[in-house]
Amino acid sequence: MTRFIIFRLLQMIIALFGIVVIVFFMVRISGNPVMFMISPLSTESEVEILQQQLGLDKSYAEQFWIYITNLAQGDFGESFVKRIPVTEMIGDALPNTLKLGIPSFVIGTVIAIALGVLGATKRDSILDNGVKFLAILGQALPGFWLAIMAVLIFSVHFQILPAAGMGGIEYYVLPVCTTMFFMLPGMMRLVRSTMLDVLDSEYIKLARIKGLSEGIVIWKHALRNAVIAPMTVAGMMLAGLVNGAVITENIFNWPGMGRLAVESAFGRDFPVVQAITIIVAVMVLGMNFLVDIAYAWVDPQIRFQRN
Amino acid sequence: MASIVKKKPEKQYRVVSRLGRIIRNLGMIIPVIVFVVLILTAIFAEVLAPYPYDETSLPERRIPPAWVEGGSAKHFLGTDTLGRDILSRAIYGARVSLSVSLLAIAITAAIGTALGIYAGYAGGRLDGFIMRVVDVALSFPPLLLAILLAVSLGPGFFTVIFALSVLGWAGYARIIRGEALRVRTSDFVAQAQINGVAGWRIMVRHIFPNILNILIVGVTLSIGTMILAESAMSYLGIGIPPPMPSWGSMVADGRNDLDRAWWISTFPGILIGVVVMSGNFLGDWLRDKLDPRLRQL
Repeated sequence: MTRFIIFRLLQMIIALFGIVVIVFFMVRISGNPVMFMISPLSTESEVEILQQQLGLDKSYAEQFWIYITNLAQGDFGESFVKRIPVTEMIGDALPNTLKLGIPSFVIGTVIAIALGVLGATKRDSILDNGVKFLAILGQALPGFWLAIMAVLIFSVHFQILPAAGMGGIEYYVLPVCTTMFFMLPGMMRLVRSTMLDVLDSEYIKLARIKGLSEGIVIWKHALRNAVIAPMTVAGMMLAGLVNGAVITENIFNWPGMGRLAVESAFGRDFPVVQAITIIVAVMVLGMNFLVDIAYAWVDPQIRFQRN
Repeated sequence: MASIVKKKPEKQYRVVSRLGRIIRNLGMIIPVIVFVVLILTAIFAEVLAPYPYDETSLPERRIPPAWVEGGSAKHFLGTDTLGRDILSRAIYGARVSLSVSLLAIAITAAIGTALGIYAGYAGGRLDGFIMRVVDVALSFPPLLLAILLAVSLGPGFFTVIFALSVLGWAGYARIIRGEALRVRTSDFVAQAQINGVAGWRIMVRHIFPNILNILIVGVTLSIGTMILAESAMSYLGIGIPPPMPSWGSMVADGRNDLDRAWWISTFPGILIGVVVMSGNFLGDWLRDKLDPRLRQL
């Protein structure tokens, strides 16, 4: 097991390094960021001074070395636009994203599992067809449009929920519901289909023959095995959630990482976009790592596999 | 040897009336009609659109759709904040959505299939490496990468295609590899190997035809994903630059006018939903026909 963890950890570090390299060069292929920061009236010496200040006059190799050593110390550099450390900006934005993301993830998972299980156990009932319909609709309609329609209905028409901003609990309702929608239909579908498979298996039949109550069979024996499949795609769920956060934060004017990313993109604020990409990459790789470990812990075949 | 022998689902043995067959195939008929209309609309946009997509008319701004009080038959779906005809823009928007998503699908399917077959057939270290890259690509949030690319390359047609393709191939690679692994153990592949057929030739002539069904299903199912991704990019302003209309950016156009002109954002979103749903239905139908093993819902 230790061997397996070390191996995976190494792989993760290599992947992360690869991403850092790609991100570093990607933001530099567009040419000189100084060109977006100066006015047409700036003199050449002003440009040079600015380049020196930002460290852009050095060679790529030098720049990369400085960048990577700073990164190792948790220093993402300074925002080109706001002239404050990027870590400070992220420090402000990240908690807000988590305040939105964690409730969305938890509530979304609970609803997805509940509806998926109910759909599978009462196959072809009205409830099951309702779940299927919801999944089909949810996978077809764009999340940003759903969010806007929610604002139209609840904020503009009925005026019961605020349309944007951050504040008390009422400000959370629409953003959480719409962020949740980015992962709910897919997960619901997955839980439903694995649950159908599990309910068909021998040990469920045995549990029933033993005379266990239907509730215990479904919610204890079957569910445990049916949530493994959704767990393996937790990485993809996280990606969906980040996508959702980017969209909803921009619609609801939520001061999180998603809005910061888009704002910085328009302002060509490279260090900020770079930092956000790397932080999300760490989160995603970390999630995959944990899932791998959990999976290997459950299934010895994976643990002892060579290669 | 067109395909591997597979178990037919019990359903197919049931006697179905003609009407029942039509209803069962509605999942194919309606989407096909939607796509035929969509493709024709995209091709003949100039002929079909009553107005140019960028013709602004300030006195005629925010006119509601024809059936709403204050609407006029001149602008069936109403006009936006700049007085542009929404129907005309939606018609031109079909062109953007279709061309971007079809091109992106062609690129991702080609790369994903090639890598998937190679990884599945050849195996070994390279297989392991490709699959780890696939893992990372599948779990990286596409919108964030699109933002990064828009910053570095500047928004535009090719940036959108690039952003959709950079991660999109991974899904294909994973599915195709699984299939290639399965086909690799078949007798006819062993036979070909014994006969000394070159590796690349086995992959092209023996493995590829046997994964074609899955590829067709995958391509159909990804139409919806691509259109949704393109529209999300356009919505955020990192897609096709204005004034060229895209359904996503049209939704964004109406964002600040929700209280006085609900129709600007509403109709393009419904269009996206209808097209994506058609793609998904068609994909599900094809999957049931071509590969019942994959049946999910």
